Amino acid sequence: MRRFTLIAIPYLWLLALFLVPFLIVVKISLSDVAIARPPYMPQLDLSEGWAGLKAFFSELDFENFAFLTTDELYWKSYLSSLRIALISTLLALVIGYPIAYGMARAPDEWRPTLLMLVILPFWTSFLIRVYAWKVILAGDGVLNSVLVATGIISEPLQILNTNTAVFIGIVYTYLPFMILPIYSALEKMDDSLLEAAEDLGASRLSAFWMITIPLSKGGIIAGCFLVFIPSVGEFVIPELLGGSGTLMIGRVLWQEFFNNLDWPLASAVAVVLLAILVIPIMIFQRSEDRARERGE
Amino acid sequence: MTSTTIKTLTLTATLAALAGMATAQEVRVYNWSDYIDEELLAKFESETGLKLVYDVFDSNEVLETKMLAGGSGYDVVVPTGTFLQRQISAGAFQKLDKSKLPNIDNMWDVIADRTAKYDPGNEYAINYMWGTTGLGVNEAKVKELLGDDAPVTSWDLVFKPENMEKLAECGVMFLDAPAEMIPAALNYIGEDPDSHDPDVIAKAEGVYMPIRDHIQKFHSSEYINALANGEICVAVGWSGDILQARDRAAEADNGVEISYYAPDEGAQMWFDQMAIPVDAPNPEGAHTFLNFIMDAQNMAAASNYVYYANGNKASQEFLAEDVIGDPAIYPSQAALDNTFTTTPYPPRVQRVVTRLWTKIKSGT
Repeated sequence: MRRFTLIAIPYLWLLALFLVPFLIVVKISLSDVAIARPPYMPQLDLSEGWAGLKAFFSELDFENFAFLTTDELYWKSYLSSLRIALISTLLALVIGYPIAYGMARAPDEWRPTLLMLVILPFWTSFLIRVYAWKVILAGDGVLNSVLVATGIISEPLQILNTNTAVFIGIVYTYLPFMILPIYSALEKMDDSLLEAAEDLGASRLSAFWMITIPLSKGGIIAGCFLVFIPSVGEFVIPELLGGSGTLMIGRVLWQEFFNNLDWPLASAVAVVLLAILVIPIMIFQRSEDRARERGE
Repeated sequence: MTSTTIKTLTLTATLAALAGMATAQEVRVYNWSDYIDEELLAKFESETGLKLVYDVFDSNEVLETKMLAGGSGYDVVVPTGTFLQRQISAGAFQKLDKSKLPNIDNMWDVIADRTAKYDPGNEYAINYMWGTTGLGVNEAKVKELLGDDAPVTSWDLVFKPENMEKLAECGVMFLDAPAEMIPAALNYIGEDPDSHDPDVIAKAEGVYMPIRDHIQKFHSSEYINALANGEICVAVGWSGDILQARDRAAEADNGVEISYYAPDEGAQMWFDQMAIPVDAPNPEGAHTFLNFIMDAQNMAAASNYVYYANGNKASQEFLAEDVIGDPAIYPSQAALDNTFTTTPYPPRVQRVVTRLWTKIKSGT
């Protein structure tokens, strides 16, 4: 019984906080836009009983999903979001791994402080931190003032309102999500493995490639997912730091929802976004499971 | 029933009653940012004894989404005329009880006639402020680049590619508001600015595509400061905002002088209307607030502060000379005749307009 309860809790959590909202979004994505409150049709009317339910389902259709294929804006935005998220994830990995490695190698008594320093930015609101980047990157901002004053550049750099600023914003915001899982994987690593490798004649570099990296693979994968997934759907960072040419699906979704007042189409965009993210992750998980089974 | 349960129940009942009282005593207002003299808010509370919760927004779209989702919790909201019309047809507002609004006699028939286009009989809303969409110009900088005969009072300034090419050097911003920028372009090329025909709307693309690379940014509020501190030399924006930029520059004494022009070819005129959501928790308090705002002196205080004209005839004797006497705020009859208004786009056309605007902004 206790075991059942223990398993039931996470499933209930998933059901209430993921599946139910998702089904609501799917339902809206199959409806039609209308000038009403809320702005879509049909509305589920349970007072009509069975007939009402049948009428409700007969009015749902996949029109909105079909519409997504008719305008290049949508697939271009999905691709551009995936590209921006991918580049940001790689940058976060390249920057985050050495930081995590340094932390894991630091003396025991330093580690809690270092860990604290990584988490510290979360004490300030995410929105304020992104706004701070606007101040830093602006044409007359902190960065340009310093660079011009020291004579490194003569003309201020145009960074704000470009994709570069979006990369900076995403990498900065999600870097802790890369560092923490890698750190926790590296921290558990047994140092004697490295000693053994050196005793057997491996150079420090090859010991790193053959032992440290494979043993931290779990952390790397977790970190990459934690950075990649929220980056794809990011809205605030491209909106505040990006230019009008920064195409991201989060902004398209906002436009459908607020400017066009088309909740059904916005929901369709969201459902496709979820599919783009969830399906590859499930395939990846399955292949990992198979590999593990073969390994046993 | 044990005595503890009874105590708990009594306590809960008392708390519930208190909570009920608290909402009855509270008026929640949702207005545009930087759009009122904040002393008026304190005055309202001390005069009526009601607690005022005052929140702000900066785009009609955000307000509209809240209205159509329902349950916003606000008692008074301030949509622009075109949006008001769409929300009325969606059933988002309740009719005003004019017996609770004795100050409604202060309102100005000239403006009420125009707002009746969105709200027949002005049954759902009262006018708060109105203005035009036009050009904010730093004349010294513009004349330096385009010569002394620069067309600062004409849409030619920003819609002629050869002008924009030169002006890009000192910076030009446009409003990020397709419902105003597309009609402006259509009006410029001699089409009906209020056209709902997708083929006509598409013609605006031809106006924007040659100039889009020379536009520094599309944004609906940043241009106030950018104009004031000399970062840009031209902004297509809202009259009162540009006059606020003029004042900020004068206060900073930074040598920047800004003028506002409602362009010769015609400017769009718009009306921000105060209305009561159909599910307002405190409609009684909402009426009290509307009546307070329609008081001649209060309305004058608001206009003197934000540099927008209002729809309140009686307030005019209390307006400062630099407000009522400024043709950029209260235009002459001839200038008023030269303005145009628009009506809301139906959903399918709205999609065409948004899509066109995305293309203009992003090139995709």
